[in-house]
Amino acid sequence: MGSGPREDFKNPVVNWIDERLPVFTLMQKEYGVFPTPKNFNYFWNFGAIAMVVLVTMIVTGIFLAMNYTAHEDMAFDSVERIMRDVNYGWLLRYIHMNGASMFFIAIYIHIYRGMYYGSYKKPRELLWILGVLILVLLMATAFMGYTLPWSQMSGWGATVITSLFSAIPLVGDSLLTWLWGGFSVDNPTLNRFYALHYLLPFVICAVVFLHIWALHVTGSNNPLGIEPKGPQDTLPFHPYYTMKDSFGICVFLVFFAFMVFFAPNYLNHADHYVPFDPLVTPQHIVPEWYFLPFYAILRAVTFDIGIPLTKIVFIEAKLGGVLAMFGSIALLGFMPWLDTSKVRSAKFRPMYKLALFGLVAAFVALGIAGAKPAEGLWLYVSQVSMAYYFAFFVVILPMLGKIEKTKPLPGSIHEAVTAKAK
Amino acid sequence: MSETKATHSSSAHEPDSGSTRRDFLYLSAASMAAVGAGSVGWAFVDSMNPAQDTLAMASTEVDLAPIEIGQSITVMWRGKPVFIRHRTANEIETARTVDVSALRDPQQDSDRVKKDEWLILVGICTHLGCVPVGQKSGEPRGEYDGWFCPCHGSHYDSSGRIRKGPAPKNLAVPDYQFLTDTSVRIG
Ligand code: HEM
Ligand code: FES
Repeated sequence: MGSGPREDFKNPVVNWIDERLPVFTLMQKEYGVFPTPKNFNYFWNFGAIAMVVLVTMIVTGIFLAMNYTAHEDMAFDSVERIMRDVNYGWLLRYIHMNGASMFFIAIYIHIYRGMYYGSYKKPRELLWILGVLILVLLMATAFMGYTLPWSQMSGWGATVITSLFSAIPLVGDSLLTWLWGGFSVDNPTLNRFYALHYLLPFVICAVVFLHIWALHVTGSNNPLGIEPKGPQDTLPFHPYYTMKDSFGICVFLVFFAFMVFFAPNYLNHADHYVPFDPLVTPQHIVPEWYFLPFYAILRAVTFDIGIPLTKIVFIEAKLGGVLAMFGSIALLGFMPWLDTSKVRSAKFRPMYKLALFGLVAAFVALGIAGAKPAEGLWLYVSQVSMAYYFAFFVVILPMLGKIEKTKPLPGSIHEAVTAKAK
Repeated sequence: MSETKATHSSSAHEPDSGSTRRDFLYLSAASMAAVGAGSVGWAFVDSMNPAQDTLAMASTEVDLAPIEIGQSITVMWRGKPVFIRHRTANEIETARTVDVSALRDPQQDSDRVKKDEWLILVGICTHLGCVPVGQKSGEPRGEYDGWFCPCHGSHYDSSGRIRKGPAPKNLAVPDYQFLTDTSVRIG
């Protein structure tokens, strides 16, 4: 990396370092002159935003850890102490707590961007898969973080989600005991979740590094979904996109700050301020908003899968729900191969655009249904939305590539941009 | 003879010349490494299983004398709630007259109790682990006069069997022994 021929830097100290370890050459190449399509819109800000939130989470997390105690008798009180007695502890915790939501907002928009403009397609498949891996790691991190305050929501959320593993045939129960380190969600569970919650964000950093590396091999996609053909189609990353990203980050931080200072508990639940009681389950346990669509899928499978009219069952409803939930995330990783269309951007794919809006609608509907009791109309809403979600990936995507009539693509980015300016 | 020997020793250095002594060395070294990594790895994996002190706390003794007919109590066993219900004659009767073959998890009431009036169950919903309600008087007991799980709506009957809702299994019966007529050891 960066060990090829290099140009000298004017500053002698910089130059001395760069001759021995070419970090400045690397930065100059990857973030200075890096050729970037000149037609990005604001959707392209969310990668940088997610990165800022990741750093924010790590910094606030480490300072919270200095005052947090991972023990069943002390965890809840230590978080309350952070809120009341530690100087600016309330600020650190509210930033960290809301930061998790901000992270998911940024990531969901970032993923939607990729789907709309076809960024997952060849040659960016591995880049996309690394992104899906980041999503999974992020979910695991947020889930384990949420157990740390050891509230009713923490304990029961952890119980319900870890119990998913008991659906696995034969080994399910032993696996669950192993995950818990006991016979229920208890002190050993809290300790290991804390250790992993500390570790995983750094694993995320490593995968983000690979994600960016892969990005810098293929170059960025852009709203037109056509590759840059030469220098007239691109701009150097600095100062053009360093500026645009900074602006986007500032706007996002205004929203983030608004949530932290004016509505810090808007996304929270009252039961998150009641200490965990392993003998009493709260009346309504609902996961954090960012898990609701997947939680709805989990609960939408209320039927056994087997041979109709017989008692033969291949997949019990409980296992079916778990498979559907994990499957719904795994399917994202297969998008590059499920989509058979040659055209990337939805701008030129009228039918795909509609189908994708349908997917967003289904995802939102699942999110709403996930917060309601799984019965009556809401159960029906989740089942229909889930059916669409899966159909989108396994039926609609492969089919569209064959039947869709795409619009003509512009000759180059430059041509499209200047045509628009006239 | 000397000729064959020469070809043999020279082909041993070529990677694609079939199985040689060197391949054998590679294979045995690799399998030793795998066995070594596996046995050290197991220590890490097993360290996450319940520790000896966690296992040692695995039994609880309960005095049943103060529990009136129709009353239930909840005790803690291995960090989980255990439901002990002193059943009424009526509850026993309804639990006994159910057509077992129609149940999701078919089990006779008599296989779930040691003494008819004492129903002892792990109070963890077999769906995703919530604690069903129905222990205290006034709490909903579901449609079958047993327990109701508020999380996703499972109904259990007066034998703790699953009757309606997403849970796949009956409430579990823990290992227990009557020490005397009015005291029991769970676990
Ligand atoms: C990917 C980055 C991270 C995410 C998404 C995340 C998410 C969360 C969430 C959702 C909570 C629960 C907040 C609450 O309800 O009170 C939490 C708590 C916590 N996190 Fe993180 N976290 C991240 C990184 C870190 C890091 C790097 C540390 C460093 C040790 C850390 C330490 C803590 C501590 C000590 C708590 C408990 C105190 C509290 O609840 O405020 N986190 N985290
Ligand atoms: S945990 Fe009881 S119904 Fe889901």
